[in-house]
Amino acid sequence: MNRILKRRQLTPEIVLLEVTAPRVARRWKPGNFIIIRPTPESERIPLTIVDGDAGKGSITMVVQAIGKTTMQTAALREGDAIPDLAGPLGEPATVERVGHVLAVGGGVGVAELLPVAGAFRRAGNYVTAICGARNAGLRILQEGLAAATDETLWATDDGSAGFHGNVVELMQAWKPATPPGLIHAIGPIPMMRAVASLTREWGVRTYASLNPVMIDGTGMCGGCRVTVGGKVRFACVEGPEFDAHEVDFDELARRNRAYADKEKEAREAHPCRIGLG
Amino acid sequence: MGDIRPKRNPKAPRQQVPVLEAGRRASTPEEVATGFVEDQVKIEALRCLNCKNPVCVDACPLHLDIKAFIDRMANGDIAGAFEKISEQSPFPGVCGRVCQHELFCEKACLLGKKLDPVAIGSLERYCADYARAAGDGHGAARARPTGAKIALVGSGPASMIAAFDLVRKGYRVSVFEALHELGGVLAYGIPPFRLPREILNQEIDRLAGMGVEFHRNFIVGKTATIDELFAEGYEAVFIGTGAGLPYLMGIPGENLIGVYTANEFLTRINLMQAYRKESDTPVRVGRRTYVIGGGNSAMDAARWAKRLGSETTVLFRRGRAELRARLEEVEHAEQEGIRFEFLAAPVAIHGDDKGFVTGLDCIRMELGAPDSSGRPSPVPIAGSEYSVEVDTVVAAIGQGPNPTLQKATPELITNRGKIVIDASGQTSMEGVFAGGDVVRGGSTVILAMKDGRAAADAIDRALKARRADGVSEGREVAQ
Ligand SMILES: Cc1cc2nc3c(=O)[nH]c(=O)nc-3n(C[C@H](O)[C@H](O)[C@H](O)COP(=O)(O)OP(=O)(O)OC[C@H]3O[C@@H](n4cnc5c(N)ncnc54)[C@H](O)[C@@H]3O)c2cc1C
Ligand SMILES: Cc1cc2nc3c(=O)[nH]c(=O)nc-3n(C[C@H](O)[C@H](O)[C@H](O)COP(=O)(O)OP(=O)(O)OC[C@H]3O[C@@H](n4cnc5c(N)ncnc54)[C@H](O)[C@@H]3O)c2cc1C
Ligand code: SF4
Ligand code: SF4
Ligand code: FES
Repeated sequence: MNRILKRRQLTPEIVLLEVTAPRVARRWKPGNFIIIRPTPESERIPLTIVDGDAGKGSITMVVQAIGKTTMQTAALREGDAIPDLAGPLGEPATVERVGHVLAVGGGVGVAELLPVAGAFRRAGNYVTAICGARNAGLRILQEGLAAATDETLWATDDGSAGFHGNVVELMQAWKPATPPGLIHAIGPIPMMRAVASLTREWGVRTYASLNPVMIDGTGMCGGCRVTVGGKVRFACVEGPEFDAHEVDFDELARRNRAYADKEKEAREAHPCRIGLG
Repeated sequence: MGDIRPKRNPKAPRQQVPVLEAGRRASTPEEVATGFVEDQVKIEALRCLNCKNPVCVDACPLHLDIKAFIDRMANGDIAGAFEKISEQSPFPGVCGRVCQHELFCEKACLLGKKLDPVAIGSLERYCADYARAAGDGHGAARARPTGAKIALVGSGPASMIAAFDLVRKGYRVSVFEALHELGGVLAYGIPPFRLPREILNQEIDRLAGMGVEFHRNFIVGKTATIDELFAEGYEAVFIGTGAGLPYLMGIPGENLIGVYTANEFLTRINLMQAYRKESDTPVRVGRRTYVIGGGNSAMDAARWAKRLGSETTVLFRRGRAELRARLEEVEHAEQEGIRFEFLAAPVAIHGDDKGFVTGLDCIRMELGAPDSSGRPSPVPIAGSEYSVEVDTVVAAIGQGPNPTLQKATPELITNRGKIVIDASGQTSMEGVFAGGDVVRGGSTVILAMKDGRAAADAIDRALKARRADGVSEGREVAQ
């Protein structure tokens, strides 16, 4: 049984859950994800593995409540069990030793960035993280990031902490004379698209961890397909990380809105906003 | 068993399976073929010639003792007939419904040489339904088996029958399934209006009652590797991971919203139950649906689209005679008002500025010389392009082997994704066997079962030989 050992509310919308999953904890690598169903009627949703403790047999995930299924997940309590949890899925992130690595994260993507940033540092890189939030109070996992990286810079939309602006503007302001050897980006699609177009100008190899709609997560349905370099790829088995300069972000953004109307209905019909905030 | 044996009457007409009236099928997941009624069973069973040399038995890939079970049915002993089948198969309810019997037992049936063959599949199904209604066949829980541990990967028909055979030989059997439901294609692909889930789940429960252990949400190659399973004490592994990788059409517009692979479409509806209001998984079925393909997946997708309220067309590049779906499904689809557009293929899909499908460009085909599959090859007719308006497109053009396990296990030799096995069913890895769709590419339920049964035998032989050689390092092996 996948029981929730720890729940921490990080912001009114974002919750951290530590859950027992001994096999996943043993085999996961940064960049992997799991698929869960918080109730027996739920959709299967993918969530990144943020941390794992093989000794304790647990993994950690950070979920942002944006729709019915993520709201139900965020509303789970310590001691509750998650009926279905499968993983670790996807290919691990590309982690090489290149000298200086820039890790860019926005929103809940900051949590997903954490294990990858840590892996780059353990591989011997100097790691800079550039992270974004709407305001100072919505920044998440600051301590974890500080520990996992060599330096973490924050951008807030309202300027209440760190740089006043978004992560891409901060990247432009920050750009060192010698650009980093590799960039890893994860966050909302418009952010990843903007990061990709900037780093294309910089000429720096950039990976983006994509978040298409998924169902099985095992390569069986093709629902997660994305176009990369003109070729169709199944993000759940070939990704979720791809060369950001080759990704068709417009198509990804369109496909993720496929069910927007139906999701809105589900969300509005769903009473469990309680428990959040 | 009465003294007066009822008289055989092979000349009686083959009994037609009653079906739900086409109008009532619209918008329900209710089973279409309702199965024989009691009177029909007698007539149909008495059509059987009780052949001295029952060729039907050889032709059934499981070699069910068809002659014997039909004889019991002819004598009114349905429970006995069910018992007879159960000696060899735990899945009469499944096979009686979805087995392509027209290619196997019924094709061989001697009566079919002159008259219509005996409706073996429908009789098999009747036994299962009878036992279910009578509350039989739940399989009393047995003592836990104590033999060697065997791991079966995937919970489709290939693994399931292997589990049945191995647990009866005394092995401790664990089935590992990637998804949250058991049954493979039977659970995610075949719709409940062809195979009600109570039937499937009851037959699976029977295996559980016999001591088979099931582990869902367990992806071998990801959650644990094959090497790790061996390290955990499993002495043999069977790979029955199926052909779940959907082929794409490779035409412009394929990633528009409203274009599905049959696997995604059917998984959303069957596995995730998008047709039920209570389910959270959505599916997008517009006013007009085009399903591309001519196999079982195409029929299943088309019949669901129709039930979900769409005007539905099946677009197939060859003719009706070349459809690969079960004949019964084609007929049911036709009854349900699904339109067939033969000898045509899609060339491009168009959408609006938000990325939703709006139209499909097609081209007419003619049949040319036979291709590698032995069927006449479709050849495009130049200048015959035409366009149709559509809201939903489902590509049901075939599947390849599910690649996850192979990718994580480079030692496994494959041929275009299909796992290669030797005559005994063993893969290139010692103690690792494979069968079903992952070896054959797309195939049928009953051939997958045949492979599972052969692999169970091979595993039994291999482990016994190992014990005889004393290589089992003191580990206990079942007798
Ligand atoms: C590999 C991968 C890793 C992920 N990791 C995390 C994670 O660690 N934490 C986390 O909070 N979320 C993560 N996501 C996103 C998460 O899976 C979605 O937020 C979730 O599926 C939405 O389900 P819902 O029912 O709550 O919302 P829905 O009602 O389905 O959707 C709400 C809104 O979000 C949009 N949306 C739908 N699906 C996605 C999606 N896959 N990604 C982004 N937006 C979507 C819709 O357009 C809709 O407007 C990840 C996604 C992927 C593919
Ligand atoms: C829509 C559709 C309709 C069909 N209709 C018919 C019909 O009417 N009659 C007929 O005879 N045939 C039919 N077929 C074909 C038939 O279903 C297949 O030939 C048969 O199911 C193959 O059985 P299998 O056991 O090899 O694999 P599958 O049934 O494909 O099962 C494989 C299972 O393995 C799981 N798996 C995959 N990888 C892993 C992994 N790494 N770890 C753990 N689990 C894994 C999968 O999730 C799946 O559940 C149909 C096929 C489809 C797609
Ligand atoms: S399993 Fe299939 S081939 Fe065998 S008797 Fe039943 S319907 Fe015929
Ligand atoms: S071949 Fe046909 S007629 Fe002969 S025993 Fe089998 S089912 Fe009966
Ligand atoms: S989620 Fe089904 S193939 Fe990727």
